[in-house]
Amino acid sequence: MLDISPTEWTAIELSLRVATVATLVATPVGVAVAWLLARREFWGKALLDAFIHLPLVLPPVVTGYLLLLTFGRRGLIGAWLADHLGIVFAFRWTGAALACGIMSFPLLVRPIRLSIEAVDRRLEQAAATLGAAPWQVFVTVTLPLALPGVLAGMVLGFAKAIGEFGATITFVSNIPGETQVISSAIYSLIQTPDGDSAALRLVVVSILISTAALVASEWFARRALLRLHGI
Amino acid sequence: MLRVDVSKRLGGPTIEASFTSEGRVTGLFGASGAGKTSLINMIAGLSRPDRGIIAIDGETLDETATQTHVPVHRRRIGYVFQDLRLFPHFDVRQNLDYGRRMNRLAEDGVQQKRVTDMLDIGHLLDRRPGRLSGGERQRVALGRALLSQPRLLLLDEPLGSLDEERKEEILPYLVRLRDEAGIPMVYVSHDPSEMRKLATQIVMLRRGRVTAFGGAEILPVALAPG
Repeated sequence: MLDISPTEWTAIELSLRVATVATLVATPVGVAVAWLLARREFWGKALLDAFIHLPLVLPPVVTGYLLLLTFGRRGLIGAWLADHLGIVFAFRWTGAALACGIMSFPLLVRPIRLSIEAVDRRLEQAAATLGAAPWQVFVTVTLPLALPGVLAGMVLGFAKAIGEFGATITFVSNIPGETQVISSAIYSLIQTPDGDSAALRLVVVSILISTAALVASEWFARRALLRLHGI
Repeated sequence: MLRVDVSKRLGGPTIEASFTSEGRVTGLFGASGAGKTSLINMIAGLSRPDRGIIAIDGETLDETATQTHVPVHRRRIGYVFQDLRLFPHFDVRQNLDYGRRMNRLAEDGVQQKRVTDMLDIGHLLDRRPGRLSGGERQRVALGRALLSQPRLLLLDEPLGSLDEERKEEILPYLVRLRDEAGIPMVYVSHDPSEMRKLATQIVMLRRGRVTAFGGAEILPVALAPG
């Protein structure tokens, strides 16, 4: 059926690794940000909201270039991380994960925020009257009731990370075996003579992965409804 | 002993309430909008008075002069809400056990059995709240509050949302609760006949103010049933 070459497998495997790591690292941060936006009033809230949505509206190449400026080998944060912690993002797969995590962050946060907002605050109050401290209320009531939204956000973020192209290629380039993910591999293939069939194979794989992610997200959304009705 | 002396400005009438009750069941009686729920929300710690003191058995829970405000989860005041607020993602057993887990109390099978027997909810333990009738939910909410071992139990119109038949079903449980559980209660209602049956001391509220305090004799004489 699909006769996938080793180079193509490498790109697929790398895409999955990059998207998985990006999603897993971004999720706890996303839950914290979503909770802040849903449940707290503070100075600069609108600014934080706008800031996390920037990757959605900026041209991806701009986000990628900004990442290069800040997290590049000579970047403000990048130089410090490299010198003190030995962490290098530029032209590494970890950099691709960073770019994907940031690009998918708004999509990850949104369903989580909506599902936290939908959690009945009266239930949180009831938990407090039964002796639950605020963190216990969050762990035993808010988070479980918002969990389907958290999973939906993770799936959506993952799908976005799998498809990310512009910011990734700008920040970490297109190095086979290191930073060449499915989308940048397709980009290279369609610029190569006779690359069409290989490109098509990756297109099919990419459609399969994204569809699976969307179906999963739909399923989690339906679970959320059941759960909130206490059945 | 429950001591309340508070004022708070809300959307409706300003609450200016002061009373001290030693009763086993303190009835807060008044029409809707009299400030009954606002008052017990302050006792529970869900809202803060603009001025005043709330104390139980000599422990100050709120005192605006010293900026004292014990947070809700440290008050050990059980609250049966008018809308019950059972946790939809837990079954009945987990709902009942919630207060014990949060307060890190030792498991007490005897106490648990006593409460589930008293409320006849032993056969519901594996169900989710969505699969309970109105009367069953009401009893589970009572049991959940009781099992958190509160030093005071607040009951906000526990019969308010039930039809006549269900009221008759729940009322005996409330009487048993008063006579067997040994936990002082604050019972909120607008129904004089409930007050007569349950309250040992009555605080009459009107437009946010205490207009009378005493026994059943302060209640209006019922003109017609209902």
